[in-house]
Amino acid sequence: MSQELSDLDRRLINRLQDDLPLTQRPFASIAEELSLTEQEVVDKVRQLRDDGLLTRFGPFFDAEALGGAFCLCAMSVPEERFEDVLTKVNAHAEVAHNYQRDHALNMWFVMATETRGDIIRTAREIEHDTGLEVLMFPKKREYFVGFRVNA
Amino acid sequence: MTLDPKDRAIIEATQAGLPLVLQPYTVVAETLGIAESELLERLENLKKNGVIRRIGAAPNHYRLGMTANGMTVWDVDDSLVDDLGDKIGALPFVTHCYRRPRALPMWPYNLFAMVHGASRDEVHAKRDRVAELLGDACRASDILFSTRILKKTGMRLRGQKG
Repeated sequence: MSQELSDLDRRLINRLQDDLPLTQRPFASIAEELSLTEQEVVDKVRQLRDDGLLTRFGPFFDAEALGGAFCLCAMSVPEERFEDVLTKVNAHAEVAHNYQRDHALNMWFVMATETRGDIIRTAREIEHDTGLEVLMFPKKREYFVGFRVNA
Repeated sequence: MTLDPKDRAIIEATQAGLPLVLQPYTVVAETLGIAESELLERLENLKKNGVIRRIGAAPNHYRLGMTANGMTVWDVDDSLVDDLGDKIGALPFVTHCYRRPRALPMWPYNLFAMVHGASRDEVHAKRDRVAELLGDACRASDILFSTRILKKTGMRLRGQKG
């Protein structure tokens, strides 16, 4: 892990991955645990965020519960056409994330749209634009995740 | 759950993050023109209903040394996949765990688990632990490392259509 982090920073990063209480002073319990003032906690969180060690502080929403549709999609793109196909795929605002992966299916992207119908329509458009098949892997079930990064 | 306009306003006001001040909800309530007690009550409800998963910070994996991520994929017996999926999701190094449809014959895998680590070797070692958990229920598996981020945009709630 990164060397420039102090012990306090590490404890704070680990602690901030827990759920904070919904109260007027959400930093009070952390401040007490770490023997800091609440203002010191707020300042440190801001510093960690500004330094890019924390990406975001706030509520984490279940994207699907907010409405809208999501779908993981994959394409097998010939190497020599990769950049051209990428430009065409990314041109669709519905494509939210896109990753190159080392597999015959080498382009994996997530579409985020208002409706399920928009997902299928966008996939057909991408197939039309590129002449390549878009495989769709909609989520059938999500399993509970207990992930934490130990700073 | 159905979100009423006030809920949607709260979500829109907080999805980029909370203000980093001593009393962030006081500031958000003022911005929205509602009482802080109502804001807290509504947030509590959104949490109960699963719209909000938690309130806290997201660490930057990359800056904290978790530079390798592998999408591990598994062909698991349909009658066992849900029980096993819960166990794999609970592993501390799995960030996402989903059951998805197969795309035969090219893609026989129905269980997807994203595994993070400091190196590819570490990701491989963690993948072995998933394989142990799955045992004979798993017929085939693969691991796909990401080699390049091609696009990354925040997913935001869009304004309601008029």
